[in-house]
Order: sequence, then C-alpha cells, then structure tokens
Amino acid sequence: MQPKKTALYNRHVALGAKMVPFAGFIMPVQYSGILDEHLNVRNKVGVFDVSHMGEFEFRGADAEKTLNYLTTNNVAKLEPGGIQYSAMLFDDGGVVDDLLVYRFENHYMTVVNAANLDKDFEWMKSHLKGDVEMKDVSDQTSLLAIQGPDAVSLIKKITNTPLDEIVYYNFQLGKVAGVNAIISRTGYTGEDGFELYVDREDSEQLWDAVFEAGEEYGVKPVGLGARDSLRLEVCFNLYGNDMDQTTNPIEAGLGWIVKSKKLGGFIGKQPVLDAKEKTTRKLVGFILIEKGIARHNSDVYLGDKKVGYVASGGFSPMLEKPIGLAYVDKPHHEIGTMIEIDLRGRRLQAEIVQTPFYKRP
Amino acid sequence: MNTPNDLKYTKDHEWVKIEGDEAIIGITDYAQGELGDIVFIDLPEIGMHLTQFTAFGVIEAVKAAADMYAPISGEISSVNGLLDDSPELINKSPYEDGWIVKVKAFDIEEVETLMSAEEYRKLIEVESGD
Repeated sequence: MQPKKTALYNRHVALGAKMVPFAGFIMPVQYSGILDEHLNVRNKVGVFDVSHMGEFEFRGADAEKTLNYLTTNNVAKLEPGGIQYSAMLFDDGGVVDDLLVYRFENHYMTVVNAANLDKDFEWMKSHLKGDVEMKDVSDQTSLLAIQGPDAVSLIKKITNTPLDEIVYYNFQLGKVAGVNAIISRTGYTGEDGFELYVDREDSEQLWDAVFEAGEEYGVKPVGLGARDSLRLEVCFNLYGNDMDQTTNPIEAGLGWIVKSKKLGGFIGKQPVLDAKEKTTRKLVGFILIEKGIARHNSDVYLGDKKVGYVASGGFSPMLEKPIGLAYVDKPHHEIGTMIEIDLRGRRLQAEIVQTPFYKRP
Repeated sequence: MNTPNDLKYTKDHEWVKIEGDEAIIGITDYAQGELGDIVFIDLPEIGMHLTQFTAFGVIEAVKAAADMYAPISGEISSVNGLLDDSPELINKSPYEDGWIVKVKAFDIEEVETLMSAEEYRKLIEVESGD
C-alpha cells in the first residue's frame, strides 16, 4: 500500500526533512537534527506536523454513555471544552490504545494513534450502543503541535482567542491565522503549548503563518525523532513500546486514568481490578551508567536472572545521558536498584531512577 | 554530500586515507548523515589487530546503532581520543576532526581493492534512491 502524505508533505520536503514511512504515512523524522530540534523545543519553540494522528467524532444522545463504557477515564466528568487523557482496553485488560477525548457542546471527538487507527475504529464501531453515530474525520483533519516556552507568545501573534483562558487539557474553537481551529492546550513534549486541529485545506496557510510569526523566537520544525526523545524525557507512554495488548494499564503506570468506581463500568474493568491487587511487574525509568543506548526489547538482568525488558530507550539531550523505560519484575523495581541491560551481547550497568527524567522549570 | 577524491571507500561507508606509513580510517559524510546525531562511540584499543571487513567498533546515534567495519587489515596505531567526549565531531567533520583510528602495518594491495570516490558516489546514488 502506498503510504499516505499529510497535507504538509511538500513543506517538509522543501525544508529538507528526512522522510520515513511511519504508521502508513510518509513522515518527517528530522530536519536540522534530532538533538537540535529537541533543544529548540525545550529552550524556544518547535512545530510538529502530527496530522497522521486519527480523529473520530461521536454524535447522538448516547455518545457519552458509549465512550464512557469504551474508555477507562470518566467521560461523565468532562465539561464542554474539556479534554481527557484515557485508554481503551480489551476484555482481558490489555491496552487497545491510549487516546484523548474532547467534549464539545453537542458531540465528542477522540484522538488516537495513527498506527492503531483501523484497529481502534473497528473496536469502537463494534461497541456502539443506542443513539450514537461515529465518523472517522482523520483524512480531512490536519494537526499542528506548537510546543515550547515561546509557543504561547507565538500563537498570540496570530489569534484573537484569549489563550490565557485556556488551561491545560482544555480547548476553545477559534481562528488562528484566519483559519478555523480547535485550539487545544495539550502536547506530547512536557512543554507548554498548543495543538491546533484544522481542515486539511487550511494547513499550509497555518503552517506558513506560524513560521512567519515564530521567526523572532527562533522557531524550528520538529520531526518524529525529537517527538520521541521529548516524550521519553518526560515519561509519556508510547503505545507499541510502553504498552500494548499484552500490558495492563496498572503496570504501565496509567492507574490514574482508570476510574474503576465510575457508573456503568468499562470494558476490561475486572482484569484491571485484579491487576491492581497483583501486578508482578512495573514500568520504571532507568539511566545507563555506561556508554550505549538501550533499545526497545533489550533484556534486563539482575545478576544472572532476567528480570524484564526495555520498553523505550534513547538519549536524553537535557541530561546528556542515555535513558529508558523498562518493565521490571517486582520486587526488583525499586528506585536505586542497579540493573544490567543486554545490548547486543554486552551487559551495561543501569540504575532505576525516579521519573520523569525531566520537568520543565 | 562530500566525497573527497583522494580517499578510498567501502560499501559499508568507511573511508581510508594513506598518509606515509599510516592509514587513517573514518566513516563517510553520507554515513554520518544517515545515522544522524552520534552520541557515543565504542573505540578499539591501540595495538588491536584489524581484519578487513570485520567489525571493530560501534557507533551509537540517537536513532540507531551501527557497527564499523575495518576497510583494511592492520594494527591500530592510534585512536581519536577526542571522540570520547565529542562524538559529534564525526557529524561535523567526518573526513578531518572526526577520523576514528589510524592503522599501521597494512597491505597496500588491500587498499587498492577498495572503491574510488567516483565508484562510491555511484553506490550512494543507488542507496539513497536519487
């Protein structure tokens, strides 16, 4: 199958991005370099084209009920303009996907991982109950993330929407650079900033305006490479690495989005309740003491005993150290424990540390 | 993409430069560009014997790790110690400051079997699909 292009494909190519296939799309993995882009987001501001993400709309009198049953967080608590981080589980408690739920006046929108789009659509579609209509609007929706300490100042230059009124995990509808947008104070970097959902046709106009307005702040485009290193530094889970259908949300550190007392329950509730009692392992953060970078699926040892595997590994540009997340069997998961990570036959020392690795000042 | 004419190249993207009785070895501009930001390099020890086309060290970039293969056989006479603290020299200056090891007691005939700059440019044209 031919990979899809986002509406901004030509912009990326013109900027000299290295384009790679990802989740059925051809996406920019880097422009000026992963380290440079990473630091630009931490110190100034960066712009991501994440239009590959999937968006589904839900309408009808039973939309809330359906979504509440499909997801682990409490959708009933959402007010219009509110956003919720949540997860969908299989019947056995394994993770279908993590997602965002947006509540509008008269409908809901969910944002899902591109790699899971088809699976999620089928899963949700097959669990619709009562008066609810579901629509995949991914193809006509573009998504730009503008992240970093200067992100808010940058967007203020091109919108009249009072951005200061939009608190974290809330959104407003408004115009940015003359374009209708869902202005959402969210992101995947640990920095302040916004994610702007716009019509595919409008995305180039918005992209160009953001770079023009951002020139004085030293704005740079950021690819998927730095998107991954940014989220790892602040320990935001990545589906496929840190959780999947074989992990439950408790061991993945997502207990806080599982509302087991909410009315009506949710798919996968009982296995999750069981897991709360008896998880045998935990997702922990580690710093490698020796030179090397842990990669997904590397084995974790304590002496001769295999005690886990690496979920995500990478290099932290802020710590200037190799970091990662690993599933480690209890009781070896405690902070301060020295573990070894097998990298292509070499055992490298690592220490289990407090997470996140980085917090913005 | 820079491919100096006075060097010899391998299909694994290393280069060799003969300077007197020493051969200097590094990775090419194309290779560093493909790897992206290099954050660690696992260097061999002085005195270690290299065998042509076998792995002698590992480069860790942010995205991926890559083995380095010896373009020629010989004995390592020096290693670029600056790379320990500044592996990014390979990204910035793959043919000068970012050299990796120097080798002595090599066979000039092995060097002659390697690719010329022109041959190497054709190889990367194919690999990069341009």
